[in-house]
Amino acid sequence: MEIKVVKDILGANDQIAQKNRQLFDSHKNFVVNVMASPGAGKTSLIMETIKRLKGKVKMGVVEGDISSSLDAEAISQEDVPVVQINTGGECHLDANMTASALGDLPLADIELLLIENVGNLVCPAEFKIGEDIRVLISSTPEGDDKPYKYPLMFHEADAVLINKVDLLPYVRFDVDAFAKAIKGINRRAKIFPVSCTTGQGIDDWVEWLLGLMGQR
Amino acid sequence: MHELSITQSMLDLVLRQAEEAGAEKVEKINLVLGEMTGVVGRCVQFYFDFLSKGTPAEGAALNFKEIPTTARCRNCGKDFELGEFDWTCPHCQSNNIEITGGKELYVESIEVE
Repeated sequence: MEIKVVKDILGANDQIAQKNRQLFDSHKNFVVNVMASPGAGKTSLIMETIKRLKGKVKMGVVEGDISSSLDAEAISQEDVPVVQINTGGECHLDANMTASALGDLPLADIELLLIENVGNLVCPAEFKIGEDIRVLISSTPEGDDKPYKYPLMFHEADAVLINKVDLLPYVRFDVDAFAKAIKGINRRAKIFPVSCTTGQGIDDWVEWLLGLMGQR
Repeated sequence: MHELSITQSMLDLVLRQAEEAGAEKVEKINLVLGEMTGVVGRCVQFYFDFLSKGTPAEGAALNFKEIPTTARCRNCGKDFELGEFDWTCPHCQSNNIEITGGKELYVESIEVE
């Protein structure tokens, strides 16, 4: 006997993501899912964002890593509530892992929650966690061909930050070609050339983020 | 690597559907995988053989329908398959395109006894 199913395999994850969303809404949290390959600058961007917004916006951070709490320790230096999720081998955060960490955060006292996903350009794109926006960091030493290699990630991103632009004189990276490839398939994506080392472009990113938060 | 959690979710879904239908054994699972998802059928099969042991789905055949990444040109309206390193419309060379297929990841049907 054949049974028609036609159901999304990740439907269960999407349902939990929806519950996370309701929890975030009840606390008026604006939630950013930060995704990138390892070493692109996820933690650096979160640190720079915290430095710019400290005293203006109440923030919290979730750090997703396969193992270790190095990133969470770095963030806690900034006096921002942070919780570490160790995925124990899983290459992405899913809605359930995220849900399990939320109890350890003072959500009622957070306006902006930055969630650092596991360093990976494939899997995190599949798993919703209840976020408002998805931000992708692509750094110049990685090369400008990444949109073609990881199309889903670039298709799903609300913003793409080109990090390490201070290295442009030394690496092969065509900013215009890169932006054109993304804009072709994803017109809504905002593109920000930034450097977490020199601070270039970070103000534009932060201003855009504040604008989105103000609209809610 | 995401195939492990995807296969577990797929198995949970299939077992629930089979139970609702009062089936004792799942013989075949028809899956639809879009190219953009990067889900590798061979990996799903590997994890499935392991995860399904001792369940009514043990030994079920997996059938994969793979969907290529397709797009529609917003300029000339024509549909085409997305090239590997060329994301422009092959008809009018516009790069203003909309992804129309390739994100699928679902169980289409199961065959049970």
